[in-house]
Amino acid sequence: MATEQPVATAAGDQTRIHNIGYRNYDGPRLGRAYARRSLYSQSLRGAYGLGRSAKSKILPMLLFVVMCLPAAIMVAVAVATKANDLPLDYTRYAIVLQAVISLYVASQAPQSVSRDLRFKTVPLYFSRPIETADYVRAKYASLASALFILTAAPLLVLYVGALLAELDFADQTKGFAQGLVSVALLSLLFAGLGLVVASVTPRRGFGIAAVIAVLTITYGAVSTLQAIADVQGSTGAVAWIGLFSPITLIDGVQSAFLGATSAFPGGVGPSNTEGAVYVLVTLGLIAGAYGLLMRRYKKVGL
Amino acid sequence: MDVTVIATESLSKRFPRVTALDRLSVDVGPGVTGLVGANGAGKSTLIKILLGLSPATEGRAEVLGLDVATKGADIRERVGYMPEHDCLPPDVSATEFVVHMARMSGLPPTAARERTADTLRHVGLYEERYRPIGGYSTGMKQRVKLAQALVHDPQLVFLDEPTNGLDPVGRDEMLGLIRRIHTDFGISVLVTSHLLGELERTCDHVVVVDGGKLLRSSSTTDFTQTTTTLAIEVTDTDEHPDGTRAVRDALHARGVTVQDGSGLPGAGHVLLLTASGEETYDLVRDVIADLGLGLVRMEQRRHHISEVFKDSDAERKEAVGHGN
Repeated sequence: MATEQPVATAAGDQTRIHNIGYRNYDGPRLGRAYARRSLYSQSLRGAYGLGRSAKSKILPMLLFVVMCLPAAIMVAVAVATKANDLPLDYTRYAIVLQAVISLYVASQAPQSVSRDLRFKTVPLYFSRPIETADYVRAKYASLASALFILTAAPLLVLYVGALLAELDFADQTKGFAQGLVSVALLSLLFAGLGLVVASVTPRRGFGIAAVIAVLTITYGAVSTLQAIADVQGSTGAVAWIGLFSPITLIDGVQSAFLGATSAFPGGVGPSNTEGAVYVLVTLGLIAGAYGLLMRRYKKVGL
Repeated sequence: MDVTVIATESLSKRFPRVTALDRLSVDVGPGVTGLVGANGAGKSTLIKILLGLSPATEGRAEVLGLDVATKGADIRERVGYMPEHDCLPPDVSATEFVVHMARMSGLPPTAARERTADTLRHVGLYEERYRPIGGYSTGMKQRVKLAQALVHDPQLVFLDEPTNGLDPVGRDEMLGLIRRIHTDFGISVLVTSHLLGELERTCDHVVVVDGGKLLRSSSTTDFTQTTTTLAIEVTDTDEHPDGTRAVRDALHARGVTVQDGSGLPGAGHVLLLTASGEETYDLVRDVIADLGLGLVRMEQRRHHISEVFKDSDAERKEAVGHGN
């Protein structure tokens, strides 16, 4: 198994590499906060396949391109036709492309946490200075950041394109800012839900299926019910039903407070009081996801 | 023992159904210490408590002079841990994995890379360290697991069953490596095993636990002196048609009690006696030579952990026979 150590002979026969034996390390030890940052950056890079095999780069990169492509096309159209406005609002963009976002969460949440569980790497983390909270925060923050990059990048493309097309600066900036707040909220919510589901199973396949189920089946059910309620004329129910799927939740929050037009049937989003409930439920879900992850990893331990 | 690396004081850990540790008090000094016990004896529970990851039900423990209840993070910065089970992701290379683990221990990026290269070389991984771990043999995986425990240059490492799953050659190499961790690297080692014989060869000190209780804690030399059992098998000659009996009688005459090795392979032809030092070996040799018999084998019997579990010495004297 042992191979010969290469011996440098460039500078003649006098130059040799000696085995200098074991060297002790007396440099700095940067502690918990540094370890947490390292885990965060490693996980964030991993969410785009960086530092992993070529095969694992394909899906996240592809989804990233798919997310940005429509934005690029819209910008091209807007510039070419000298339109007065972008064909799609900043806040609507993520809602329209929600399937891509769900697919991304479903593929990357399990890779972030299920792998550590499956290969039992978790004990190695917890035998080091970091604590459960550090691990959970680093993992949560990294997936939320990865999602934010995925959802904010096309908005940036739209914004830059809008400025190039010389659309109204103040108007566009306001829309862009609202869009960013909305996708930030969406990133936190989706990352939390994805991680909670993925952290329950060490099997990546189950994780992927379960995350897709949670994100898309709830949406399918909620929008069907909303459509039925709308047809039957009970418009009041439409808003309340929207509370039960992550994407309609975000839709509700942004149409109540971020000037978005709602994708709800009938095009009427929740009122301000209903919107407040939406915000509370969203924040509650984010906090709940964090709490559940903490509980889960307290148990996994060593 | 001037310096204490690990000290526990009536340490207990009770779970709703089982008592994993029962008032365990033990002091461990620098060097290589073996922690022996059958499966479920409380070894892993003890390591968890010592890493500050699981609170003790009662009693206290210190690692490197730091209280496990309050200084867990400080302890884990100075201690390395190699788990018993598989813990390596198959799709990354050993280098990438160990660098990441070094950073998780607080080493700056450059230092992490340097220390990883050094450590992997010391545990005997060379070119293959750039390949994904999934393709490694069990022996190589064990080396990676060891490397991640050593990469931050700890003062103490906990090795949980490091020889598990290795073939005899791999086992010997691993034991040699464990020895070097102390002699060459200057790192104290606490290594667990359920094989006492294995630890005798590598450890300075052996702690035996059973059912969460301390059975014994002594230096390895003490252990060997009092417990080495010799198995002897001789040939028969015309002069002594029953060579085994002849040897037994001759040894008896010299005041050494000998037992039949009943229950052992070759029962009836094997004699067991307790070696009390070099002289015993000489005595046996002389006795057999005088009788003109052929010595088929004379070997140290690997005592089973179960023998140590017959906790009183009296019992062992009864079982094996002892100089009177």
